[in-house]
Amino acid sequence: MRYVMVIDTKKCVGCSDCVVACQVENDVPLGYCRDWVTESVSGKFPKVEMELRSERCNHCENPPCVRTCPTGASHTVDGGIVVVTGNKCIGCGACIESCPYDARYQHPEEGYVDKCTFCFHRVEKGMKPACVSVCPTRCMYFGDLHDPNSDVSRLLAERKYKVLAPEAGTKPQVYYLI
Amino acid sequence: MNEELFISGRNIHNIDPHLEIWEFPIALYLFLGGLAAGILLFASIAVLLDKEEKLPTTTIWAPIIAPIAIVIGLVALVFDLSHKMFVWQLYLAIRIESPMSWGAWVLLIVTPLSFLWVFSDLRKIFPKLDWKFPVLYKLEAFIREHKKFLAMVLIPLCLILGIYTGILLSAFNARPLWNNAILGPLFLTSGLSTAAAAIILLAKSDYEKHLFSKIDVGLIIIEIGLIIHMVMGYYAGGEAQIDAIQILINGDYSTMFFVFLVGLGLLFPLLLEVLELWGLKLSVIIPAILVLIGGLVFRILMVDAGQLTRILY
Repeated sequence: MRYVMVIDTKKCVGCSDCVVACQVENDVPLGYCRDWVTESVSGKFPKVEMELRSERCNHCENPPCVRTCPTGASHTVDGGIVVVTGNKCIGCGACIESCPYDARYQHPEEGYVDKCTFCFHRVEKGMKPACVSVCPTRCMYFGDLHDPNSDVSRLLAERKYKVLAPEAGTKPQVYYLI
Repeated sequence: MNEELFISGRNIHNIDPHLEIWEFPIALYLFLGGLAAGILLFASIAVLLDKEEKLPTTTIWAPIIAPIAIVIGLVALVFDLSHKMFVWQLYLAIRIESPMSWGAWVLLIVTPLSFLWVFSDLRKIFPKLDWKFPVLYKLEAFIREHKKFLAMVLIPLCLILGIYTGILLSAFNARPLWNNAILGPLFLTSGLSTAAAAIILLAKSDYEKHLFSKIDVGLIIIEIGLIIHMVMGYYAGGEAQIDAIQILINGDYSTMFFVFLVGLGLLFPLLLEVLELWGLKLSVIIPAILVLIGGLVFRILMVDAGQLTRILY
């Protein structure tokens, strides 16, 4: 099993519903976020292109945060989801430094490092992550890449896609349809 | 040209717009770790070469700095943790791939050994010192008898500790300015150089002062060579590397790099030390202090500037 997220940048309108849903679902501290929307503008007027991306932890196949964690607090669970065990984390910041996506933060009250979990607590029960389930344009998909009949597998077979910073060698598992 | 903008209001303290997770305490810890490793390495080599009589500062006086530096460094490190109460978790795991885990375990061994080293010589410094308990006298005699063995154990450990201060940063490919293989040897050389400077400052005999002046001249030359090597490596690298090195060569940290590190921290003390060795009447105190400050500046520079660099996408 390999959980991945596929996000259709052509359908995303940048409403930030995914961000708010995550903050509510995961009780994210005020001012912090586990996911965020990036607007990427390229080109020169009059030939300008804009891309909207809902970004989060990429749950990398080769996660540098797991490699550099000195205590094993950062680890992968079923389906390749990268999670942090709060009471094993010392808050050294090595994982934050190692993440090319800046997807992690130190919890302002608790002190341990926190990040997107692909809503593992929901996924375990067969539900979709909160961000995916609230998306009003249905531009986000979540599923098992090893199942050839899943939405994510079919979309990646049919559409052009990219991942963020592939040159970092992290093998990110959030795919953006372009 | 790409312009990237967060439109969902992301502005996390100490992460956006660029990381400030590691700050002065980490730089101080890297500096003190390198200094302590260097001092213990010189002391161990001197003991192995039977130079205890000729080099009292190297083997007896300067090592006092080592445990003090390590303890201050560790306090700074723990102070920087955001989940301090769980620091003991470091010692429930051995993570071969994590430099920080290596550092934690090496320090667990080096710290008590550095205390033992100083303990065994403390009565040479304070002859009136009375240990009160006979067991402490026995321990002292035991260490003195096995000093060479202790030195042999310390040499590889100090090399690992010195290199680790650089590898700790270079293990992160997400921060291109840190992610180069030369940083380990470079910080080791810099640490040895600051240790030589500390010994010069404390040395009483001209023999010891001049010996370590010569050693320091060699180390500074190697360090300059490694820095040139590092910069060239960046220019030969990919987009992220070329972009990253600009911060030192032609960016926010270029004054700190050229004036305070390369100029005042390396070239100027090198010149003064060479002139002094040629017989000019100069104080070796000034270059030694400059080398020490330069070592700290180098750590602050790399820790701060590295967090401004990232892989662009």
